[in-house]
Amino acid sequence: MEKFISHTGTGVPLRRSNVDTDQIIPAVYLKRVTRSGFEDGLFAAWRNDPEFVLNQPQYKAGTVLVAGPEFGTGSSREHAVWALQNYGFKVVISSRFADIFRGNSLKGGLLTVILPQEAVEEIWVAIEADPTTEIKVDLDSRTVSYGATTIAFELDDYTRWRLMEGLDDIGLTLKQTDSIDAFEAKRPSYKPKTLPIRI
Amino acid sequence: MDQAIMGKTLAEKIWEDHVVRSAQGEPDLLYIDLQLVHEVTSAQAFDGLRLAGRKVRRPDLTIATEDHNTPTLDILKPIADPVSKLQIDTLRNNAKEFGIRIHSLGDADQGVVHVVGPQLGITQPGMTIVCGDSHTSTHGAFGAIAFGIGTSEVEHVLATQTLPSTRPKMMAINVEGKLKAGVTAKDIILAIIAQIGTGGGQGYIIEYRGSAIRELSMEGRMTVCNMSIEAGARAGLIAPDQKTFDYIKGKPHAPEDFVVAQSYWQTLFSDSDAKFDLEITLDADQLEPFVTWGTNPGQGLPLNASVPNPADIKDSEARGAAERALEYMGLTAGTPLKNIAIDTVFLGSCTNGRIEDLRAAASVLEGKKIAPKLRMLVVPGSERVRQQAMKEGLDKVFLDAGAEWRNAGCSMCLGMNPDQLSVGERAASTSNRNFEGRQGKGGRTHLVSPLVAAATAIRGTLSSPADL
Repeated sequence: MEKFISHTGTGVPLRRSNVDTDQIIPAVYLKRVTRSGFEDGLFAAWRNDPEFVLNQPQYKAGTVLVAGPEFGTGSSREHAVWALQNYGFKVVISSRFADIFRGNSLKGGLLTVILPQEAVEEIWVAIEADPTTEIKVDLDSRTVSYGATTIAFELDDYTRWRLMEGLDDIGLTLKQTDSIDAFEAKRPSYKPKTLPIRI
Repeated sequence: MDQAIMGKTLAEKIWEDHVVRSAQGEPDLLYIDLQLVHEVTSAQAFDGLRLAGRKVRRPDLTIATEDHNTPTLDILKPIADPVSKLQIDTLRNNAKEFGIRIHSLGDADQGVVHVVGPQLGITQPGMTIVCGDSHTSTHGAFGAIAFGIGTSEVEHVLATQTLPSTRPKMMAINVEGKLKAGVTAKDIILAIIAQIGTGGGQGYIIEYRGSAIRELSMEGRMTVCNMSIEAGARAGLIAPDQKTFDYIKGKPHAPEDFVVAQSYWQTLFSDSDAKFDLEITLDADQLEPFVTWGTNPGQGLPLNASVPNPADIKDSEARGAAERALEYMGLTAGTPLKNIAIDTVFLGSCTNGRIEDLRAAASVLEGKKIAPKLRMLVVPGSERVRQQAMKEGLDKVFLDAGAEWRNAGCSMCLGMNPDQLSVGERAASTSNRNFEGRQGKGGRTHLVSPLVAAATAIRGTLSSPADL
């Protein structure tokens, strides 16, 4: 995974709540067996509308998506994270994220930043007034800044460290193989197994 | 009170039994007893293993089936859509390469992954179960911690049989009292989501308790736990009891040493002095058949109500969401929900595609016809459910009524296969999500129970059996 230390880019205001993962990428776009190429499905239904924010030229270069509350609800599809990343987003800001989407994003290096709803609305106002407003999201200091405003956000130390080092979770866990072996040795024998097959 | 002597919740007991390693400031490393795999969220995970030269640690705790994109017609012919076919072929090849058991189209245990686990008896109390699908919460009905994960986590579990996980908060939802005739598990969970909202369960494991929950069959309990994710909770569970044990007994993968297993299962309940971070109580006596009117599962009301007026909603965010939802749904505030005409009825999914659901709908449809011009799709949750239904003659009831009798899969729940709504088409669906375009681009979805689905099919407008 690429290290995430700091990102500066312009914002895209998505003034909607409950943006579920079916909106981020509809199911018909999930058939690919790769991790790339999902940008064509990003907000596919909404992009048919010429007024939709991603179709507005002033937001074309945006890399920081600023969305309403309950972002990423619904399906566990990690394709939603890939679609946002494939399209070019590095950060999503919202006042509330659904748990699975947030887990997926932080595993994959898409930084999801939780700010109070008032702060989100102030960013909307700022980027709508001036779409070239640069937003800096800094993981080292755990702050979002634009113009004269700086807002702190919370992220647990462990996840921050993992993102800043660009560490592979599986590699980290494999260092604990002895603990896993020891745990397995004590597992009760009545726990079910899928093999051999019983019909 | 001293932590050591304080009572524990059911979920805390199961969690603690699975902690491989815990360290200050890090997530717990949780052992996973079972991973369920399907075609849509696994290809990139297997690719990741191959790239890193890693193996599947426990193929014997892993099982795959084909469900999300599979056709429900002509299932033994090659899949017509080449991209869907590639995804299925990729799963089959990965299963073969990594030594994983797979139930493919045509096999009795092919079907929606969350119907297959319980029918094989590999879903048992006290387990940790994951799958790259958010409706994994279904398995919580057996008193297991079961939750949906993304593809990176699928790969993690394949490689290590563990998952670093942060301990969730604990919520109890007590549903006390007795359901009226015609009110079902689906109505309970839709009412809960309407009350706590799509984010109400965020960060929690929900334990469903109370006399109305104990009264539910295992299938009803699965319906309730299934939609925990629609309230924002990754997992929902119910303490196992005699019904749970009886359901597992005789299933292919029931424990050989049943007595020993059951004596452990009987310790799985929340202690009377266990502390929940949040408790909610619902009065079962007051519940009515429930239906959604909007584009998220929290936008629901009793069937006897009318389409709400967004102007009456105080919270500006919720008001805006309601306005957008009514526009998308093509509904006018004040319209009685029962006046809404339906084009398509979908009976199926991991929420309501089990044998009891088909029996309930068939009991309403028996000897009747569905409304002219309406189409009804009946999609059993698994091939085994389909065979059982045919043994009971339910297929004939559906066909005689004018419905279509299909093969097993996720089908129109998510419209990934050819079973989709067209633009503007309105469905009453026993599935779990009424999101914009969920069942097909431009399609409009009302979530309902199997009983409401069947009555709606007959009358052509949203209805309950009491309206017939």
